[in-house]
Amino acid sequence: MSSRDRILARVRSALSDVPREENPGDVPVPREYERSRTGVDVVELLVDRLTDYRAQVHEVSDVAAAVAEALTRREARRLAVPPGVPDAWLRSVEAVHDDPPLPNVELDSLDGVLTGCAVAIAETGTIVLDAGPDQGRRALTLVPDYHLCVVRRDQIVRTVPEAVGRLDPSRPLTWISGPSATSDIELNRVEGVHGPRTLEVLIV
Amino acid sequence: MNTFVGMPAFPEASSAAVSDAQLRYNLRKATHTIRAKRAAVVGEQPDWAALRAAGAAIKDRTLRHLDVYLERLETAVTEAGGTVHWAADAAEANRIVTGLVKATGETEVVKVKSMATQEIGLNEALEAAGIRAYETDLAELIVQLGDDLPSHILVPAIHRSRSEIREIFLSKMAAWGRPAPAGLADDPRALAEAARLHLRERFLSAKVGISGANFAVAETGTLVVLESEGNGRMCLTLPETLISVVGIEKIVPTWRDLEVFMQLLPRSSTGERMNPYTSTWTGATEGQTFHLVLLDNGRTSVLADEVGRQALRCIRCSACLNVCPVYERAGGHAYGSVYPGPIGTILTPQLRGMASPLEESLPYASTLCGACYEVCPVAINIPEVLLDLRSKVVAHGHVGQRVAMGAARRVLNSPRWLSVTQRSAGRLRRWTPRRLPGPLSAWSDTRDVPRPPKESFRQWWAANR
Repeated sequence: MSSRDRILARVRSALSDVPREENPGDVPVPREYERSRTGVDVVELLVDRLTDYRAQVHEVSDVAAAVAEALTRREARRLAVPPGVPDAWLRSVEAVHDDPPLPNVELDSLDGVLTGCAVAIAETGTIVLDAGPDQGRRALTLVPDYHLCVVRRDQIVRTVPEAVGRLDPSRPLTWISGPSATSDIELNRVEGVHGPRTLEVLIV
Repeated sequence: MNTFVGMPAFPEASSAAVSDAQLRYNLRKATHTIRAKRAAVVGEQPDWAALRAAGAAIKDRTLRHLDVYLERLETAVTEAGGTVHWAADAAEANRIVTGLVKATGETEVVKVKSMATQEIGLNEALEAAGIRAYETDLAELIVQLGDDLPSHILVPAIHRSRSEIREIFLSKMAAWGRPAPAGLADDPRALAEAARLHLRERFLSAKVGISGANFAVAETGTLVVLESEGNGRMCLTLPETLISVVGIEKIVPTWRDLEVFMQLLPRSSTGERMNPYTSTWTGATEGQTFHLVLLDNGRTSVLADEVGRQALRCIRCSACLNVCPVYERAGGHAYGSVYPGPIGTILTPQLRGMASPLEESLPYASTLCGACYEVCPVAINIPEVLLDLRSKVVAHGHVGQRVAMGAARRVLNSPRWLSVTQRSAGRLRRWTPRRLPGPLSAWSDTRDVPRPPKESFRQWWAANR
């Protein structure tokens, strides 16, 4: 008997108290929690929550100008850029296109990465990337130390259930809530361990 | 290498911790801080009770039909290009993982913090096969470099102070890779930076990553890992081969179910609205080779117990540790397993069986105050399971208790015996010992032996009515 069959047989014998005619759907799951909530302006809420994680947030109208300002502030020049980022964002960027994919060591030497996003969750201050054309593969937003992310207003939802409903599980997803952080040493929060130490968000 | 194997029973193991003032200070600070953060972010969620009810019900549905969901998960992962392996016990899981790593020709792997791989002693098994496993979570790194044991599910190095961590980094990092900077200070920022530098090149060159998973979605084959530092993303994303060892109880039926757990887990665990990073992937992703190892290792025994089964709902948030008066004083090591605190007291004896005095002692490592049940995001009634396990300990063995209970039953069943016993106890009260003799001393070691009253109520009534 293979281990697969042995484990499944053990599971079935462990569940001998479950009536044979019972289907998974017969076990009730009450879903009385809230799928959405109204009230506060989602943009304001997102800004508040991102700031709480010590991410830098700006509400902007001209992306290219805002990108240029952000780079000047950081004295950054060379950014990794996924293939689908609009050229219009890149006026003042020395864009290093990830096409063909850049080796990790080269990614590590760049000043940062510029991407869009799939969804943003206001209540939790979360930005979700789904490896879409303007976000690129996962390593791109992981290895560089600075992540500049552009969020459109129509991508912002208020709650987690709204976001889960919009996302496609077959794509690799990365949920980002502020810069990388640890509280492993005497529970003191330190921002910036292995992921990007600075997260800057532009809300268009 | 330090392991939990052969740990003494809880009372002995906890006595050293209880008298260690520094440890008790660290534990108190840690548990109270996380407890307060959790209370704040749970309080701002207006539908928390409904989320908790949904979370418990989703897990119950999964557990009652686990065979269906396991097969569904296997199909979905396989269709997405992953390979599924089944491991009946720790030894088989270790054999499978070791074989998979050897097949790549690599002798080094990077690891994301994972309770399942700690439970099976994977690092030790890999080492025996000549493969070095590098822990990459900061706390796990501290534990690994210090040849130490984890003491908390979420913050495994919580028993270490910053100056101890600095010492460990300075003396041990060089043997594992890039040494710590010479003038390393002991502030958390500098220590985290040292860890970043120590692991950076290792991540960029790693060929094999090993992880666990917080959730596995049966419907889609999607695996989910929540973390904070980005070491998880590094291990899940950069290596060419990814091996995930996942307990069979980690399944949730549908993608939509994550909308519940992605609210319950971060708020209960770190007390944040959301953890910094969550990665989800389905099968072989972005050119990676992906292996999923499904682990039983005692879980089906837990499943067979209708009362104890609810322990398998656990999503390893550690909220129960942070509110437990016993954990706060005894610390994590005394529980003799990777699962400390209240959840450990019900999970360890069920996973391993009442195999040694340690497992038999764990159901008693509780005051039954019920705080753990109250904070549990999936409503595991830990006190209920504890009482059930205690009755099993008594039924199985624990000779002293059985004899004492038998004698008590005899005395309490007969008015004559009761009256004789009470009268003689009253007459002998002057000779009440401070410590009971022989095996009974186990009881009096931690309690004052009460002095019997001069006369019983019955005697008083007979004389005064």
